[in-house]
This record gives sequence, C-alpha cells and structure tokens, in this order.
Amino acid sequence: MSVVQTTSPPQDDTRRRGPLAEVFFSLMRSRTFLVGIAIVLFWVVCALFGEHFVPYDPLADDIINALAPPSRDHWFGTDQIGRDVFSRVIVGSRDILTVAPLATLLATVAGTALGLLTGYFRGIVDDVVSRILEAFMAIPVVIVALLAIVALGTSKTTVIIVIGLSFAPIIARTVRSAVLAERELDYVAAAQLRHESALYTMFVEILPNIIPPILVETTVRLGYAIFAVATLSFMGFGIQPPSPDWGLSISSNYGMIGGGFWWTVLFDALAIASLVIGVNLAADGVHGAFND
Amino acid sequence: MTLFLLSVMVFLGGQVLPGNVGRAILGPFADQRAVDALNHTLGVDRPLLTQYWSWISNFVQGDMGTSYIFRSPVAPFVIDALGNSMKLAAVAFVLVVPIGILGGVIAALNLNRPLDRIISLGGLSVTVLPEFVTGIILILIFGVWLRWLPISAAWPKDAGFFTQLYYLILPALPLFLVLFGYIARMARSGMIEALDSDYTRTAVLKGLPWRTVIWRHVLRNALLPTITVIATQTGYLIGGLVVIETLFRYQGIGSLIFTAARGKDFPMLESGILTIGIVYAVATLIADFLYSALNPRIRLGSDQ
Repeated sequence: MSVVQTTSPPQDDTRRRGPLAEVFFSLMRSRTFLVGIAIVLFWVVCALFGEHFVPYDPLADDIINALAPPSRDHWFGTDQIGRDVFSRVIVGSRDILTVAPLATLLATVAGTALGLLTGYFRGIVDDVVSRILEAFMAIPVVIVALLAIVALGTSKTTVIIVIGLSFAPIIARTVRSAVLAERELDYVAAAQLRHESALYTMFVEILPNIIPPILVETTVRLGYAIFAVATLSFMGFGIQPPSPDWGLSISSNYGMIGGGFWWTVLFDALAIASLVIGVNLAADGVHGAFND
Repeated sequence: MTLFLLSVMVFLGGQVLPGNVGRAILGPFADQRAVDALNHTLGVDRPLLTQYWSWISNFVQGDMGTSYIFRSPVAPFVIDALGNSMKLAAVAFVLVVPIGILGGVIAALNLNRPLDRIISLGGLSVTVLPEFVTGIILILIFGVWLRWLPISAAWPKDAGFFTQLYYLILPALPLFLVLFGYIARMARSGMIEALDSDYTRTAVLKGLPWRTVIWRHVLRNALLPTITVIATQTGYLIGGLVVIETLFRYQGIGSLIFTAARGKDFPMLESGILTIGIVYAVATLIADFLYSALNPRIRLGSDQ
C-alpha cells in the first residue's frame, strides 16, 4: 500500500503531514493495536489513579485476616500478612510502568546515537563499535543484571541502566542498517556538499527520515523491557519491598503455593501476562502500520 | 571476543567494583587487621592485571579458585550444577525443537487458515511472557490443582532416568513455551519463503511428488534460518535457566550464580558466568557447523 495517496492535496504543508496521518488512521483500523493499547491504557490508569479507587490500602496489613481466600470483602483474597491482593494488583502496575519505559527511553537514545555514528562513519569506528556491541548482545540480560547489582547495589536506577544499556546495542543495530540505506541517498550527498558538519547531517538530515524503524523498534523493546523488569523484580533485584510490584509479590508468595494459596500469586501473574501481551499487541500494530 | 569481553566484565564486576572484598565478607565491624589478612590470603591486594592474569590462566587450567563461602574449590560445584542445567536444557530442547519446527511447518502449509492463526498467535503470546509467569501458572495448574507433576525439581536421591525426567517436565515447560514461539515463527517464515521460490516451482513442474518436494527442496532451505535462531536462543535459554532454577529450587548453574551473587561469593560467581559464556560460544560454533552441513549451497571439502 503506497503512503502517498490521491487524498493528500498537493500543498507542501499537508503533504508533510500526510504519511503521519496515514499511519494514525492505519493504527485506528488495526484491531491488534486497539486491543493492545486498551490493555496498556487500563494499567496506566491504574498506575496513575489506582490508589484512589482501590477498596483497601495496598500496604496496610491485617494479620487476623491473613491468607484469606477470595471472598466478597477481598475479591482476590489476602496475602500472608493480610494485605488485600486486589488493591495490590491494581496499584502494583506503578513501578513497572515507570522503570520499563525509562529503560526503553535510555536504550532508544543511546542506541540511536550509536547506530547513527556506526552507520554514518563506517570504517574503523563501525568495525570496532559493532564488534563490541555484538559481543554485548550475546550476554543474557539477567547475567549482566546480576553482575551490575552485585557491583552497584540494588535500586531502580541500576535496573534502568542495566536494561537500557543491554537493549541499546539491539536498537543500534536497527538504526545502523537504516542509516546505511539512507546515506546513499541524494539529500545526504547534498548536505555533505554544502559542507554541513557530520553531526548536523546525522541528526538533522538523516534522523527524521529513520524515525519509523526507530519507533517500531522502541515499541517492541518496551515489551522486552517489561519482561526484563518483571523478571528482575521476581529475582529480588531492583524494585524493593514494600512496593506492591507484581514480580516482587510473586517472589515473596510463591513459596506457599504448595499449600494451596493460589490467589496470592495467580492474579499478579495474570496482570504481568496481560500487560506484556498488551504491549506486544500494540507493538505489532505499530509495526504493521509503518510497513503497510 | 565475546568470551574475552565477558571475562573482563565478570572480573571487573566481581572483583574490582565491590571495593574491599575482605570488608564485604567480614562485615563493617571486623578488625582492620583481620580484613587485611583475609585480603592477603584471597590475593585481592595484588595489582589488577596480575589478579586478572592469574585468575584467567588458572581458569583455563581447570582451577576455578576457592569459594569464599564454602571454603572449598569451586570447580566441583560448577561442574555438578552445569550437569544438572544441561539435563533441564536438554529436556526443553528435545521437546521444543521438533515441536516448534513442526508447528511452523504446519502453520506455513495452512497459510492464513485458522490453524495458522492459532499457531502464530498462540506462539507469539506464550513467547513474550516471562518464564516465571508461565512457570507459576503451570505450577498452579499441574502441580497444585491437578496434582499431576511435582512442584519442585528436587528429585529423591538415586532417582532413575525416568524419575528425573518426570521431575524435569514442569520446569522445562516454561522454557519450552518461551522458545516455541521463536522457533515456530522462524520455521513458518522460512517455509513460506521456500514454498514461494523458483526452485520449488521448478520441482513441482518437473512432476515430483509433493512429498518429495517438501522434504528435499523446501524443508532443507526453510530450516536454515531456524537453526541460526535456535543457536542464538541458547543465550536466552541460559537467562531463563537462572529464573526457572530459582523458581523450582533446582541445583543448576543458574541458581548457583544467583546464590553466589546473593552471598557475594565472587570466585563462584565469576566461574559460573564464564562457564556459561563458554557453553554459549560452543553452541554458536555447533550451529555454524550444522548450518554449513545442511545448506546445499555450502560444501565443506568435496563430497561429490
């Protein structure tokens, strides 16, 4: 499907907005995207306003009612110190929805800069940086995180940096291949002939033209970032108690599921599952909208 | 290259950044002389390059150092754990590679029909879920509600092959799910491309039976990218092992690293991670060999 259609009038101003509007309408027609974004927005609303409408304080314990199964009072039951699981699941979206997007943002910024540099200069810069990035990509995030957390200590900042820097090479690779295609085009040659600086050519001339692949890669990475943040907080790294974070709740309660206390972990697991699938559906929709 | 970088990173992360190792082990209230003495015994008061060299050359010779916590050589722990992890990974791989490829092939042969949609969408959904989430849900279904499978991977002593296998099915399932989507998707797109190619059309027009076309012409070409993906997935698989082994309390290399990281047992941590790096490098190498062995266009030596 071509992006320039007969509907766009031949005026400069509207023609520039044409492709973007096209992508927007294409997104609105994509059922995958709409379902995904609805799930994500639901959790964003919960993260922002959840504490105002949940029935209980997610941090308030109530030892007498500990480990109560789901009932009319406690829809999802209570955990081992009597905290209301429903309230915790609703508010538990907050930490993961701050840490994962920030990590993705860091990865996108660092990865875009690296990709522009290696793709534009090629030669030795490209060879050296690309080799190092490839070596990095081979190391699983969990391992990097373990090392970083042993060395730097546990905090949300560490998690953001670890995930951001682990994902940066992957984004750099996408950006690099986009830049390699762009730099052969006439407008880049024109900028070079005008003696524009390399930085200007990269960031002002090339960057706007490779936004679509960067956007697609970023939305895909956000899904992986949520995967990684959830896993790390399950391992006890990063988000710390008493936060009602989902991964953390599962890690402090799963030891008891042998005793049949399924409600202390099931709803958190389903919450993570829904968020991850939501982000991935949305990412799939974005990918489709840009590649149609 | 990856191995070198990994070893430097592991070394820096494990030995340099935490600062005073003796202090970290003995705690903030220990006598300074005791701290110095421990640092000297551990050899962490020497220059960095010397430390790195002696560590890496000992490692190559099979001496992985002495655990800070157990006060005994690291190597037996690492080897035991690696063996356990290999068992778990093997169960997951033996399940996922044929089923994943089969799933992808079936999806491609039924392109855009409901069966394809189910396999593609299902594969995509289970692939993006973290292992501990699918693990928890599977434990609840098969371990707690149906009581078909044990919820911990610690089998009784002297368990035979089949008992061990029985204990390993549940831990292997989350790994299976994560890998299934990737492998099926690669196999599917490889198949679609191969089915669409000129050589397939030629083979069909030559009048070869459909079965021969699929087996001899399509599958061989279609599965090449899948093999590369399977090799790169070993990295993810190892990351997944750390999580799964923690969840199921399984004594593998993942939980070894995890416990070592928690207890600041650096020789154990470093050796564990470097061992994983080596396993990964070997897996990549094997994938390269397989790739050239299967690719009809690459021939090593002359066999015709």
